[in-house]
Amino acid sequence: MSILKTDSIYMQFGGLTAVSNFNLKLKEGELVGLIGPNGAGKTTIFNMLTGIYKPTKGKIYYYDQKINGLGVDKITSLGIARTFQNIRLFSNMTVLDNVKVGAHVHIKSHVWKAIMHWPSYLQEENSIDERSMELLKVVHLEDLKDSLAGSLPYGEQRRLEIARALATNPKLLLLDEPAAGMNPQESSDLMEFILDMQNKFKLTIILIEHDMKVVMGICKRILVIDYGKTIAKGKPLEIQHNPEVIKAYLGVEAATNYA
Amino acid sequence: MIRKKMKNNNKLNCIVILLIIISIFFVERNFDAYIIRILNLCAIYIILGVSLNLINGFTGQFSLGHAGFMAIGAYTSALLYMSPELKEVNYFITPLIWPLSVIHLPFVFSLIIAGLVSAGVGFLVGAPCLRLKGDYLAIVTFGFAEIIRVVFNNLQSVTNGPIGLKGLPTYTNLWWSWGIAVLTVLVVKNLVNSSYGRALKSIRENESAAEAMGINLFFHKSLAFVVGAFFAGLGGALLASLVMTIDPNTFSFLLTFQLIVIVIVGGLGSITGTIISATIIAVLMELLRAVEAPMNIFGLHIPGIPGMRMLIFSILLMSVVLFFKKGLMGNKEWSWEGLFKKLFPRQREIKEGD
Amino acid sequence: MTFNAFLQNLSNGISLGFLFALIAIGYSMVYGVLNLINFAHGDIFMMATFFAYYAIAFFSLPWGIAFFLAIILTAVLGVLVDRFAYRPLRNSPRISCLCSAIGMSFLLENFAIVVFGGRPKAFFRPEVFTKVFTISGVRVHSVSIVTPIIAILALLVLSYIIYRTKVGLAMRAISRDFDTANLMGININKTIAFTFAIGSGLAGIGAILWALRYPQIYPYMGIFPGWRAFAAAIMGGIGSIRGATLGGFLVGVLTIMIVAFLPALAGYKDAFIFIGVIIVLLWKPKGLFGED
Repeated sequence: MSILKTDSIYMQFGGLTAVSNFNLKLKEGELVGLIGPNGAGKTTIFNMLTGIYKPTKGKIYYYDQKINGLGVDKITSLGIARTFQNIRLFSNMTVLDNVKVGAHVHIKSHVWKAIMHWPSYLQEENSIDERSMELLKVVHLEDLKDSLAGSLPYGEQRRLEIARALATNPKLLLLDEPAAGMNPQESSDLMEFILDMQNKFKLTIILIEHDMKVVMGICKRILVIDYGKTIAKGKPLEIQHNPEVIKAYLGVEAATNYA
Repeated sequence: MIRKKMKNNNKLNCIVILLIIISIFFVERNFDAYIIRILNLCAIYIILGVSLNLINGFTGQFSLGHAGFMAIGAYTSALLYMSPELKEVNYFITPLIWPLSVIHLPFVFSLIIAGLVSAGVGFLVGAPCLRLKGDYLAIVTFGFAEIIRVVFNNLQSVTNGPIGLKGLPTYTNLWWSWGIAVLTVLVVKNLVNSSYGRALKSIRENESAAEAMGINLFFHKSLAFVVGAFFAGLGGALLASLVMTIDPNTFSFLLTFQLIVIVIVGGLGSITGTIISATIIAVLMELLRAVEAPMNIFGLHIPGIPGMRMLIFSILLMSVVLFFKKGLMGNKEWSWEGLFKKLFPRQREIKEGD
Repeated sequence: MTFNAFLQNLSNGISLGFLFALIAIGYSMVYGVLNLINFAHGDIFMMATFFAYYAIAFFSLPWGIAFFLAIILTAVLGVLVDRFAYRPLRNSPRISCLCSAIGMSFLLENFAIVVFGGRPKAFFRPEVFTKVFTISGVRVHSVSIVTPIIAILALLVLSYIIYRTKVGLAMRAISRDFDTANLMGININKTIAFTFAIGSGLAGIGAILWALRYPQIYPYMGIFPGWRAFAAAIMGGIGSIRGATLGGFLVGVLTIMIVAFLPALAGYKDAFIFIGVIIVLLWKPKGLFGED
């Protein structure tokens, strides 16, 4: 049974088809890359998988459960988490609180127990605190736990978003351009970091990236999207030599030159 | 670690509550009725301000309907604790419908029921507003409050219409008002500092991100409205019993406006700030009555200027909105830790040196 | 209800609709450029009537000049309100602007109470506006005839300004995309000031026509027409001038008709307006006629 399976999903906005006939079958533990020129529809695919958009056609299955049409928060509670292309942190909350918000989805105590400081709630609060601190240590942000999220430099904000997503205890993690704006050293650290995380938390990861070093470096399998259509699928080396891919990125000339 | 912090906080909080209890004993015996009335108003404004701050400040849902919840609480409680004789006297044009005409409950039960009914209305108002943002939410909530006002004005057989209810017994005293004020602060504070509170704040910060992190917007927004409306209902009920006379126009937009001023001046997202500003504004409103009454200065008789009070008030709000956008406390809270850090900075330095 | 009575109410409703349209356009225009609901608009409307009143009562100006002056002053007032209450908050969160708008509304109302006094004053009605004609059994007030004429003229001038002048172009650009308009070198502040001037001027015209029809003026008089016009703007699709006009008619006719056909529910008429607004906002947030 695959952790994620999309069955020919389409996304149409009025007359515009943003994504057509997207098919993906993910096995647990895979690290798959989703690449393509800007505006190709990659984030739209993420939005469909996380429930922000409802596919106009087709079905999405998480393990055996049909999830297209479910609410965003419900899908997160099932175990799919994501980061955003344009960082969407809770700027006026502390770094630690940002991560703790991620843990809220699995809270068992009812509201009134929280208000009345019921012992079972206090225990949950404690474990949320411990777990969130651990996650902050993983992303090396534990010293900044009381700083406001909005005051962090860019790179640290990205790491915080990842920690926050991890706090939701996901099995499937969708990373949207995590290396954007990073220098070569930072991206290389990021690569290690992602592999580390995957190992530590037993994650399946889909990665949208433009940084080819990162994609080719850590993805075992890559899908290439252009104008909403999947133009190539395969291992990194195959993709690199695929003329369709080259054409999409660099234009017809480059493709003919290379071929 | 959290448990230890909470234990210490609890001890200190108990001391504060004890001090409040002692003060109330003292004040009741020694101060005149005028001061006591102002102190009652302070407590009621704290209840109203903190409950509004929960919705507007912490959850970021700009609701202008608070007066509506207050009206529901006030009328519900009044209809429950008024004696049948008092009701007959009041409803001289159109008699009150049965069974309301015969119900006569003790104050405490009427309060609880008033709060619950308000909370229910809070849910009915907040739930449809799920997808509305900013201005639109403000208008819809304002609309609901106005609808409540108009309905109350017309349902003579239930609310006595524009005549209102007079001669309400004064159950409100320092114990009730400050007791409920303390309860409001405790409940809202515990809620806001809990995981649910963080969820509410995340909604304020970035709704789409909050949803993506698994926060159910419907549940949490409704939560804010329900709890906020509950205490607004209690506040309204206390106010009614304090001023002894209510009519549908007592709970007008003007009242909501005063609460908005309180919340903004204190800082959206700070309970401490709201407590301080509620007290200041309650006192200020009373002192400003002097501006509207005729004065004698150096033998010159200056006639009272009606409307001056609200004019100054409006200028106050404008000044805060334009120049002190974050209000008194911004979104910081007063905490025992913060106090110690301010009073004993050296100890912290020594600790960090370890 | 007789056919005559129906026509009577209809003509009243249409006349009222024009008035609401004039005021509603002001709301829509400001929302279009600033994404802000100018709560103070109804009170600017109120101030116009007092400007005219004092111009005649204190300065003994002939009514033509007084009315004209009042409209100009109202436009200026609108610009001032923007300058002091909204412009400083251009880059602040929306809630600040909302509070400022509400605060401004209360400020104007209470200013009027303090300076003009709370008791209603009788607005001066020139001879020509007090005549009543009877056309095939329907009593038509001269004001009801003048109102549509002036309103249509005003709307034509407005159309011209918006679609055929540079300033109008700037206004449309800003309402489409604030930041890009800024980057394209459009002077945002001047254009917005101009928008307020026009919107408030129109409200001023509406105010005079209103006062000629209901000659009692008092500080809170802007609340009723203000909310009605606002509802009209929302229902028509806020940001759209066409919508505001159509919405104005809808609200005007409905207001009169509901009272006429269902007198038992007359007390609830304020509630109906809000129910209408709430239904529109929840069901079709872009307004009944869509966004312009």
